[in-house]
Amino acid sequence: MSGLRLDGIRSRALGPLDLTVAAGELVFVSGPSGSGKSLLLRAIADLDPHEGEVWLGEEPRSRISPSRWRRRVGLLPAEAFWWAESVGEHLPVTTSAEALRATAPIGSRLGSRIPPIIVRLAKPLHRAPRHVSNHPALPDPSAIADWLDRLGFAPDVLGWSVARLSTGERQRLALVRLLAQTPEALLLDEATANLDPSNGARVESLVETYREAHGAAVLWVSHDPEQRKRIGGRSLIIRNARLEPEA
Amino acid sequence: MTLIHLSPFDLSLAAILVLLLAAMSWRLRLGIERRVLISAARSTVQLMLVGLVLKVLFAQTSLPLIALMALVMLCVAGFEVMQRQKRRYRGIWGYGIGALSMFLSAFTVTLLALTVIIGVEPWYQPQYLIPLLGMLLGNTMSGIAVALDSLTRQAWDSRGRIEARLLAGGTWDDAIEEVRRDALRAGLIPIINAMATAGLVSLPGMMTGQILAGSPPMEAAKYQLLIMFLIAAGTGLGSMAAVWIGSRRLFDDRQRLRLDRLAAANRSS
Repeated sequence: MSGLRLDGIRSRALGPLDLTVAAGELVFVSGPSGSGKSLLLRAIADLDPHEGEVWLGEEPRSRISPSRWRRRVGLLPAEAFWWAESVGEHLPVTTSAEALRATAPIGSRLGSRIPPIIVRLAKPLHRAPRHVSNHPALPDPSAIADWLDRLGFAPDVLGWSVARLSTGERQRLALVRLLAQTPEALLLDEATANLDPSNGARVESLVETYREAHGAAVLWVSHDPEQRKRIGGRSLIIRNARLEPEA
Repeated sequence: MTLIHLSPFDLSLAAILVLLLAAMSWRLRLGIERRVLISAARSTVQLMLVGLVLKVLFAQTSLPLIALMALVMLCVAGFEVMQRQKRRYRGIWGYGIGALSMFLSAFTVTLLALTVIIGVEPWYQPQYLIPLLGMLLGNTMSGIAVALDSLTRQAWDSRGRIEARLLAGGTWDDAIEEVRRDALRAGLIPIINAMATAGLVSLPGMMTGQILAGSPPMEAAKYQLLIMFLIAAGTGLGSMAAVWIGSRRLFDDRQRLRLDRLAAANRSS
């Protein structure tokens, strides 16, 4: 459980900005297009050069390796990009035998199609993906199945080819991919922009569940005033490169 | 068999063919007649000059002069690599990555060949050093130019995917892995193809030269083999060095993808 604190974030288009999002708190950010909302999230995730420090709980970002930081402070970009063939290949792979045993009942419950994440567990890994080796806490696969279910996917979606996915499916699955890193803070960039209302509601409810279960600090860029009203939480607006409370 | 000397008249006959080509390009409106003529003129001047320079160089066998010549060759090759990039690195890197990689690979391999393999005495004997270095530089230059160009183009085009891997907690190495592999492959494929078809379709240039100069075909074949292996090794090492330095340069110390380190697209290449 750790909050997120921005300390003097400044780049060409931003700030300087200070902001504290407590552990388990939800903060919405809105603002006209081009005001730097996405740039703010990118700066927090340390994707663009900028000045300032970000704290996760008591730890300053500069003391954490960039890859570890981005895993712990998860950014969901407005457009989800995929780099491998199938959906499942994008999720971190658990290598422990306990996890394998834990997943066995799910595999049988699912019946005919065993999701590839489980098939991959059964094979000895020749080379563990490097980005998983120092992962603090991998979610157990049943959590992933549960998240998929909440977004309206059967577990066999993990075997689907990414090329087959619609824009909306990509966006929803990108959220599962992000949560599978078990981030301690979430940065969401228009997480429901391409979704119809019912799928939008599913995403909202999954984010809320995750926030409550993990005490995650959530910074959510949203254009939709209805959404901000519906979910509640603090609402900020970016005006002249500064963050102000929404009137 | 002795070498038949070419008279200026013989060369003019061949040059008429090029003029003919230019005329046809003009007639068919291909629009490349200017370039054909200019490059033909360039090669005439350049080769004649090199002939003169080598004549002096061969007569002296002076290490400083040879080093100067090698340096000039390297500088021109570095410039050529830079010219062939669609998106070159900003600042000294645009020139430096290519030149440094060529220096590392072509010079090392040439030195190895001269001292250990051929065993020339003294090792800087210009009749061996200059043509060897030239062939190695020429080929590594192409390999490095293709590999670097592919690296920067692909990194530019797949920014979203690279950043997605970074966001998923990957290191810069994970994120650029695929792009890097493709770039290396692109740089190495020409020399691999050249090795695979050597002798079947055409005799490689050096072997042709030696045979025309009267060497026994077996000796020419052996020298050609040597050169081919050296070129393959040099191109491989050079491309790897260039792609490694280049891909590292695409990320900063916080492992952010820094496409702003590449200049805007260069339309001519």
